[in-house]
This record gives sequence, structure tokens and C-alpha cells, in this order.
Amino acid sequence: MNRSAARRLRSRFMVGLMGLAVVLAVLPLLLILGTLIAKGAGSLNLAFFTNVPVPAGETGGGVLHAIIGTLMIVGVACLIGLPLGIGAGIYCAEYPASRLTFATRFVSDVLNGTPSIVVGVFAWTWIVASQKHFSAFAGSVALAILMVPMVTRTTEEMIKLVPHSLREAALALGYSRWRTSLSVVVRTTLPGIVTGSLLAVARVAGETAPLLFTALGSQYLSFNLDQPMAALPLVVFNYAIGPYEEWHQLAWATALVLILVVLVLSAAARLATRRKFTQNG
Amino acid sequence: MTAPDATPIRALGGARFGDRLFKALLTVAALAVPVLLGFLIWELWVGSRLAIDAFGFGFFTSSDWDPVEGLFGALPLIFGTVVSSALALLIAVPLSLGVAIFLTEFAPMRIRGPIAFVIELLAAIPSVVYGLWGIFVLIPFLRATIFPFLRDALGFLPFFQGPIYGPSMLSAAVILAIMVMPYIMSVSREVLLAVPNTQREAALALGATRWEALTGAVLPYARSGIIGAVILGLGRALGETMAVTMVIGNRHEIAASLFAPGYTMAAAIANEFTEAVENLHLAALSYVALTLFVVTVLINAGARLLIWRVARGGGGRGA
Repeated sequence: MNRSAARRLRSRFMVGLMGLAVVLAVLPLLLILGTLIAKGAGSLNLAFFTNVPVPAGETGGGVLHAIIGTLMIVGVACLIGLPLGIGAGIYCAEYPASRLTFATRFVSDVLNGTPSIVVGVFAWTWIVASQKHFSAFAGSVALAILMVPMVTRTTEEMIKLVPHSLREAALALGYSRWRTSLSVVVRTTLPGIVTGSLLAVARVAGETAPLLFTALGSQYLSFNLDQPMAALPLVVFNYAIGPYEEWHQLAWATALVLILVVLVLSAAARLATRRKFTQNG
Repeated sequence: MTAPDATPIRALGGARFGDRLFKALLTVAALAVPVLLGFLIWELWVGSRLAIDAFGFGFFTSSDWDPVEGLFGALPLIFGTVVSSALALLIAVPLSLGVAIFLTEFAPMRIRGPIAFVIELLAAIPSVVYGLWGIFVLIPFLRATIFPFLRDALGFLPFFQGPIYGPSMLSAAVILAIMVMPYIMSVSREVLLAVPNTQREAALALGATRWEALTGAVLPYARSGIIGAVILGLGRALGETMAVTMVIGNRHEIAASLFAPGYTMAAAIANEFTEAVENLHLAALSYVALTLFVVTVLINAGARLLIWRVARGGGGRGA
């Protein structure tokens, strides 16, 4: 009896310890969000969103140039990365027995963990070095390379959830294979694919390392993809390591904007998937 | 692809052309992924040729880093990368395994989803925001409280001696630990969810406590998958760039003390690439990138194989 009581006590103790781990794990998130709001929210006003930077040392100035820059760089990255990623994902789901499927799936998983700075070096060697100037487009290519493996894997996972009977029904009705794929299978799983794409966008929108020596950053409002361009993460980085107190203020405010964009995108994406899963049973 | 259903019906001609086009387009997209891997390695190799020819494998054992003299050695970078990542895992692994186990085995059903969701949001925070928080919140806190405490309590060890700067190897390890935790947690949670319920029920039916059922029946089953999750976290930690470069101090030195500044491979690339003017300097940084890439590819491939062994069913799941 005594021994079993000790065993039960030990079990309770270990479970309690793991509950403590949960508290410790959630704490950083609360701390980070709390500091961001405390230090950043005060600087957020209309001018912050509609102005470009002022010379160092002066107060004021905004991040319009970086908001536009992030939109353009990430937008072009989507144009390159999403079709490739979604296409590769559909291939993996449609031809599961193919050897290429195995290779694509495995390489995607491996590339998913690639340090993004390495992709930046690659884009620099491939595009910046040969063009001999920094460009926002090189940044887009780097981000697209980061998106492809993520989108490939989520697309495949989503398509796999479509019941086989649906596909068989379409084929039995005389649909050709490609029409079955596109207008039945892909169509059914479209919300899932959108979710996966949103998650990928959320992730690359916050990436700094691949842009450091491709898009480079800029103090001016620019719409030219062939030239250096600002982006929100680059602004956070440059202002954070700069010497001026005003810059640190701007860094906090910009980080708050950046994290709102990223968290809203990824939270929305995750919630959408969750609902989809429960609907499917 | 040879079509087995090659009955020549004219009406189907269009459909078959559509099928072929469809498959061709998809194949191009699917091929792009492995080709990309090869192309990445090739470009990095070409970019580092100059440094590979000049230093060969001696690059990894030399501690010189003198752009003026044209001497480059990556040993301090490799040291910093390995030490900061290992320390980060030391902190992150017990925590994230605790959370994953608690969430799959013990927590009330209702709070499992929300907590996992919140912790996965940690993975969505951009690296540069961690860095910002690290510079202005974490480092001042560590310098004022934890570091002096460690020096007083464990100062007899060489790791906790010397002056306390803010930016240091230990600061980098702490921020890395927070960053890799959600990855290790979510993958090991998936692995634990893949353990059949019969394992748990059998152990409980034999009179085991819940803790004993976990250690005796669940963890052994999930072991290789959990090791995979940890290795995956290691891959993340090795390649993490922005947050580390903002808090580690960026000095090409090997110091025994964890309070001293250090440097990592990724941080060196981030800091010096735009400033490098000499071709050899650029090539050396590219050589560092190539090394980092090959190492993380090998680590991730190993981790994936381990995870696939447990969560076989659907041929592996994305992290």
C-alpha cells in the first residue's frame, strides 16, 4: 500500500513539473508581446504610417517606405513561389508512387529547415553579383525559395485529406484526370491551400536575413524592383542596432506593426484550418 | 509516361492532351524542388571556390580572421555555433518535451488545443523581433540578475568567470532556446499523438501510474521520433541568424567563459557580407555559408528519417 502511494505521489509530482514547463513556455510569448505593446504602441499614429524617415537625430518620420517595400517584395515572391509550391504539392498528392514525389517531398522537408541566411547568400551570388547591384527582385527570389518547400508540403497534406471516393466519382462521370484534379480535388481543398500559402507568406514577411544583401534596405520610398528597397524587418534591424534613442523607439513601433501583420496572418490561417478539419470529421 | 489505357478514341484526344499538359506542368514544378537544392549547393560552391582553393580543410581548424591580411579561418565561428546551439538545446529540450508530454498525456482536453496554439505562435514571431527584445529586455535582465547569480554560485567553473558584458554566448543561448522550443514541442507532440492508445491503455491496465505508463510504454515507442524532433530543433538553432547576431557580441574569439562575446557562422555572414570588399573575404563567407548549408541539410535529413519511422502512416508530416 505504502509503495503504491509513493508511486502515485511521484506520478503527480512529475505531472506537476510538466505543468510548470507549460507556464515557463508560454511566459516568453506574453513578455515579448507585452513589451512590444508597451514600448511600441505609443509611437503609432497616422504620421507613422504615411511618412518616410527623417534624417538621423530628428524625431518623427514613419515607415511608409518599408510597408510598401514589404508588400512589393513579398508580393513578387508569392508570384514566383506559390505556383511552383502548389504545383509541386499537387504533383506529390496526385502521383504518390512516383520516385520524383519521394525526392520532392524529402527535399522539401530538408529545405524547410535551411537557414534563411544561406538562401540570401545564394540569391546574392546568383543575381546581385551578376547584375552588380542590389535589387528588391533578388530579395523576392530569396523569399520565394523559402516559400516553395513550405507550400509544397502543406498543399500535399491538404489534398491528401480529400476522400478518394470524391475523385473516383468524378472519374466515373467521365471527367478527365486533369479536370478531376483541378475542379474537384483542388477545388475541395482550396481553403486548405490558401491557409498553407498564408502561413508561408506570414513566415517570409518577417524574414530579415535573406534581404540583408539582396533588397539591402533604403531610406526612400521606391517602387522600382530593380533597385534597393526597404522592408519592415530590415527597418527593425537597422534601427535596433543604431545608436539613437529615437531609432530605438521607431524599432519598437515597427516591430509591433510587423508582428501584428505576421500574427494576424498566421493566426487566421491556423484557425481556418482547424475549422476545416473539424468539418471533415 | 506510357498510358496503359491507349484505346484510340478520337473524342478523348483532347482530354488526353489536357492530361499530358497538366502532368507536364506539375512535373516541372515538382522537379524544381530537388533541382533547387542542387543549384543552391552549386552556386555556393562556385562562390566559395576562391576560399576553398586558398584554405582547403584548414579553414575549419584555423582561428585567424584577418580581412586585411587575407587570412580566414572559421574555427571560432564553428565553436560559437556549436556551443550556443548545444546550450540552447540544454535549456529548450526539457521544457519543450515537458510541454509536449503534458499536452498529449495529462492536460485536460479543453486546454490542449489552445495552449499548443499559443506556443506555436512563438514560432511565428520574426527572428528580428526576438533580437530587438533580446537587446533591450533580455540582456539587461540577464546582466542584472541571472549572470551575477551564476557567477557567485558557479564561479569556480571556467564557464562562469570573467567580466559580465551584456551580449554574450549565454544570452544567445537563452534567446535561441526560446526560439527553437516551439519547433521541438510541436514535432514531438505530433510524434506522441501518433503513439497508439493501446500502448497507454495496456500499461494502465497493468496497474501502472500515469507517469509509469508514460515512461514505460509511450516514450520508448516514440523515442526515435522525439530524437528526430530534437535534431530538427538543433538544425534551427544552428542556422538562426538575426536574433543571435543582435545578442551574441560578434567577436572572432574562442572564450571559455559563457559571459564573453562570441560569434556564429550565420551571424558572421549577416554582419560582414555587405561590408566585405575583398573577393577572398566574400568567398570565405560563402564558404562558411556552404558549410552551414551542408551541415543543416544532413541534420534535417537525419531528423526527417527518424520522424518518418514513427509517424509513418502518411509518409511523414510537415513541421
